[in-house]
Amino acid sequence: MTTDHAVDIDKQVRIYITVFVSLMALTIITVAISRFHLPIHLAVTVALFVAIIKGSLVACYFMHLIAEKKLIYAVLALTAFFFAALLALPVITHSDGFWIHGLH
Amino acid sequence: MEIPYTVELRRDTGLNNGKIGIWLFLASEVMLFGALFASYILIRTGAPTWPRGDTILNVPLATFNTIVLISSSVTMVMAWASLMRHRFGTYRIYMGATILLGGVFLVVKYFEYSHKFETGLFPSTNNFLAIYFTLTGLHMLHVMGGMAVNAYFWGPGAKLYKTNPEWFINRVEHSGLFWHFVDLVWIFLFPTLYLL
Repeated sequence: MTTDHAVDIDKQVRIYITVFVSLMALTIITVAISRFHLPIHLAVTVALFVAIIKGSLVACYFMHLIAEKKLIYAVLALTAFFFAALLALPVITHSDGFWIHGLH
Repeated sequence: MEIPYTVELRRDTGLNNGKIGIWLFLASEVMLFGALFASYILIRTGAPTWPRGDTILNVPLATFNTIVLISSSVTMVMAWASLMRHRFGTYRIYMGATILLGGVFLVVKYFEYSHKFETGLFPSTNNFLAIYFTLTGLHMLHVMGGMAVNAYFWGPGAKLYKTNPEWFINRVEHSGLFWHFVDLVWIFLFPTLYLL
């Protein structure tokens, strides 16, 4: 193991610990915010916003997505597209088929 | 016959086959949970009334479980980092801690489920509980699967480290990717089911 490599891993370990502390703090923030009993639309927005930050931290640093190869990004971009389409289905249904049938 | 590209990187992608394989698998997992999340949205938006999660579920226990799962993600990545530093003993400690934390998560979940059943709350009781048990049950199966793989790499599978350390490190990295994904799913399940 070269010295540079060891220094690199040591640096990564420090990042892991920082991310861990951030995730803990964000978990506490999520629970604290829920105590305010915000209106549902605002509550969903805030909860998802915090969850996306937490999820991004896990994906970027623990799963090393921050420095991954292009092919992995391509696979994930395709997945994100279909995931978004999947979540859009209930929204389309909820708007009473407006996007499917148009105005009548 | 030797399996190609287990350790060495392919020239066209810059990745080994295991890395591509695990990410494709995780992509399919995103779609699996995505389908259930879409079902949840559909059922919830279509319902005339919907209970807040904290009126039925135990938020302090779930918060504790969130902390446990996040901690297990850190121990998992530290296990991998220990192997990268060629500290096999430290790897075993961190990997052992990861498995143990996964076990704590399941025990807490067992108490949560037991309490629900004792109070007459079943998946058939209402739509909220149906989607709660489906999503958390599927997630729990993933925790069990991840624990089984990690236990293999902590125990009998660790022999590979002596003969082919690079290959072993790759395998641990890939099982770690799955474990972090399980953590990631919980990060979204927790507010969705318990807090909203």
